[in-house]
Amino acid sequence: MTSPEVIRPADVDALCEAVRCAGADQQVLEIRGGGSRQAFGAPRADVTVLSMAEFNGVEDYDPPELVITVGAGTPLRDVEELLAAEGQMLAFEPFDPAPVYGGPAGGATIGGMVAAATAGSRRLVSGSVRDHFLGFEAVSGRGERFVAGGRVVKNVTGYDLSKLMAGSWGQLAALTRVTLKVLPRPRELVSLRVAALSPEEAVSLSGGMLRACTSVAAAAYVPAGGKAGESSLVLRLEGFAPSVRASVETLQSLLPAGRAAETLDAVQADRFWSDLRVLAALDSALPLWRFCAPPSAAPSLARELAGLGADWLWDWAGGLVWAVTDVPAESVRETAQRAGGHATLVRAPEAVRRVTPAFHPQPDPVARLEERVRRSFDPLGVFECGRFRQAFHED
Amino acid sequence: MSLKMPAPDAGVIARKADIVRALRSIVPGEGVIADPASLSAYESDGLTAYRQPPLVVVLPETTAQVAAILRWCRDHGVKVVPRGAGTSLSGGALPLADAVLLGMARFNRVLEVDYDNRIAVVQPGVTNLGVTHAVEKDGFYYAPDPSSQIACTVGGIVAENSGGVHCLKYGLTTNNVLGVEAVTMDGEIIRLGGRHPEPAGLDLLGVLVGSEGLLAVVTEVTVRILPRPQTARAMLLGFPSVESAGQCVADVIAGGIIPAGMEMMDAPATRAAEAFVNVGYPLDAEAILIVELDGPAEECDYLIDEVSRIARHNGANSERISASEEERLALWAGRKAAFPAVGRLAPDYYCMDGTIPRRRLPEVLRRISELSAEYGLPVANVFHAGDGNLHPLILFDANEPGQLERAEEFGADILRLCVEVGGVLTGEHGVGVEKRDLMPEMFSETDLAHQQRLKCAFDPELLLNPGKMFPTLHRCAELGRVHVHRGRVPFPDLPRF
Repeated sequence: MTSPEVIRPADVDALCEAVRCAGADQQVLEIRGGGSRQAFGAPRADVTVLSMAEFNGVEDYDPPELVITVGAGTPLRDVEELLAAEGQMLAFEPFDPAPVYGGPAGGATIGGMVAAATAGSRRLVSGSVRDHFLGFEAVSGRGERFVAGGRVVKNVTGYDLSKLMAGSWGQLAALTRVTLKVLPRPRELVSLRVAALSPEEAVSLSGGMLRACTSVAAAAYVPAGGKAGESSLVLRLEGFAPSVRASVETLQSLLPAGRAAETLDAVQADRFWSDLRVLAALDSALPLWRFCAPPSAAPSLARELAGLGADWLWDWAGGLVWAVTDVPAESVRETAQRAGGHATLVRAPEAVRRVTPAFHPQPDPVARLEERVRRSFDPLGVFECGRFRQAFHED
Repeated sequence: MSLKMPAPDAGVIARKADIVRALRSIVPGEGVIADPASLSAYESDGLTAYRQPPLVVVLPETTAQVAAILRWCRDHGVKVVPRGAGTSLSGGALPLADAVLLGMARFNRVLEVDYDNRIAVVQPGVTNLGVTHAVEKDGFYYAPDPSSQIACTVGGIVAENSGGVHCLKYGLTTNNVLGVEAVTMDGEIIRLGGRHPEPAGLDLLGVLVGSEGLLAVVTEVTVRILPRPQTARAMLLGFPSVESAGQCVADVIAGGIIPAGMEMMDAPATRAAEAFVNVGYPLDAEAILIVELDGPAEECDYLIDEVSRIARHNGANSERISASEEERLALWAGRKAAFPAVGRLAPDYYCMDGTIPRRRLPEVLRRISELSAEYGLPVANVFHAGDGNLHPLILFDANEPGQLERAEEFGADILRLCVEVGGVLTGEHGVGVEKRDLMPEMFSETDLAHQQRLKCAFDPELLLNPGKMFPTLHRCAELGRVHVHRGRVPFPDLPRF
């Protein structure tokens, strides 16, 4: 495939013009931030890449307001460094997908992160991108600049279009500027490992910690087998020192008989969470699936996946299951549906992605509604969307 | 009444008997109310300055009935106004003379509590507090706590994306709803989200929450429930100036502390509240802060010391810390009673709801007091200080000719001021009819058109709760037109949504 044409508008006016021209010329635009997710979804032919690189820079950041406004093309790493210098963070712990595709970490932009809306381990208690995305400026498929939301943390003025944009993968509009809520970094972080729990025990202990109102901020489980040997449930406690101490005591009281919790030192903890971020425990040569389902369903979901020959691990106390398998997509998706959730195809060879929609197909009335919503922002189909699901273009 | 609602359709009103008959065939028995005396009970919501009895009230009990009602109304061009408990402060449930009022009060059951997944599945007519009541015996609660929580329904708070004093730490409704079953105006039953936090596809749930009943009627809601914190303690802090109280709030947050609640009251609000509840609020303070810390007891003790140190550093001249649950409730009593307390100072009050960047608070309060002098109407300020949500209470007497209009003008000026300093028109009460005509202060025609096209995707005939949120009703065909660019848009005459 020859490399696609790239256009790189210098400002919002130029972006509007580019989108309008694309509409008039029946040209399809693929919005590109850092390009770290290019291998997501079906291969695309005949697209023009719309680079957002010029929309780069911090527009407003006043730490006590807990709000930051930045250009959508700003590297995520720049934003995270700026926040860290003030003792703050993006609380949903952005998930950098590049290593999952074999690329180097750190290239993602904040706009791409919002558009894909994938959160990391802390999502368990801190919410996802949608929960921290306060407002934006964007150019819709009509080639028109518009804004929605605001720059304050509490706002119900008009429809909450920020929610719709988060996770829309550039199918509705090209974000040019985003306002996000930020939070103070926790003062204390402690990771504890409980070894050799069964999946049922792991879900039950994580749930017990959540129910006991502790400082648990993340709960991930890697099953027995492979390099790891015994299974590991790792709980990350975050907060003020007295609360973290109290939570460690609560954990001790909730442990099944005969089990112990081992505190990971800084190096071990860092290794565990960075391995989890790149899914190091899963074979990177196999197709990768991401399941979202009710946490209580995780043990049975995991068992079914193992029955299909898949390797898996989970995060979010069981609410997010990652699995690698090359069994047909239909079996994978039926398994997800039986668990009350859905499955996204994150990584696969081109031939698989060509015939497998990346997103879990929606039931008919919702799919039609989604299509009407999409067209309300992009009536001419300027923004690429065949990449994500079976084309809906007939009408 | 200074706001104009869409002109009623005399043709629809003339068909009232047919409409009542059709609704009775869908909802038998007492579920259809058509006599004028009973209809008057529904003539307004929490924005009581506006009144309009509906054409007819229907109270369905099942999702299938809701679907049948909406489909029939769509087929016959009849407008529908959904209603929960009618506590909206922005007129979100204000009836229309030519519309069916769809009351969801009979959907009043808690369907399921699932502690393993920390959720509750409830019908939309359950009250906000009803959710907490269903789970509190097991140590859980539902976090968003709008002040109307005794009465307001889950359907209503989904429509309005309601907050409350604890949303600084625990989020608004949108952060605490995982899934809904809803019916669109064409009678289609849809499920969005589920029992886990990440819905598939576009986040239509996210946009349905806070859509003020304009997109769909919610018939079932899955909410997140949280374990009740072991301890909650409140601090009452008095400050010599609004600036020092404001700086204290900024320093607490900059110090990495997110209190469960952080409320400010100015001197007039403090004096009114103290006169009403007598709990010992400092009358010499220009501003007071109520800060609530919750969590494990160890954490509360630790954070109280930190907040106390920050407050002293900012010149706090009085401090009380609750030592018991009774004392905590006493410290809150004045704040919780602030609206009725201020209400005793004048026959009527008008509550505003803008949000501002917190750093602009001293300037905004100064300009509100200048406006107060200009309009000749007193004002008291209550402020969700942690998240910048300001509730100025304008005092007036509706029986004095012109005072209601003057209070509304004053309120509009306050909201314009909020937008001017980088804030928004409404933090938690919604746009409704009240702030509808102020939307252009915040949004351009193009911005609003992008929002209205979303409405068209759900309800192309604009039959669901019309006249709310948007200052101008544009037909969807008109909004859907694509501007011809360089004369080459394919099929330029087709309306597109």
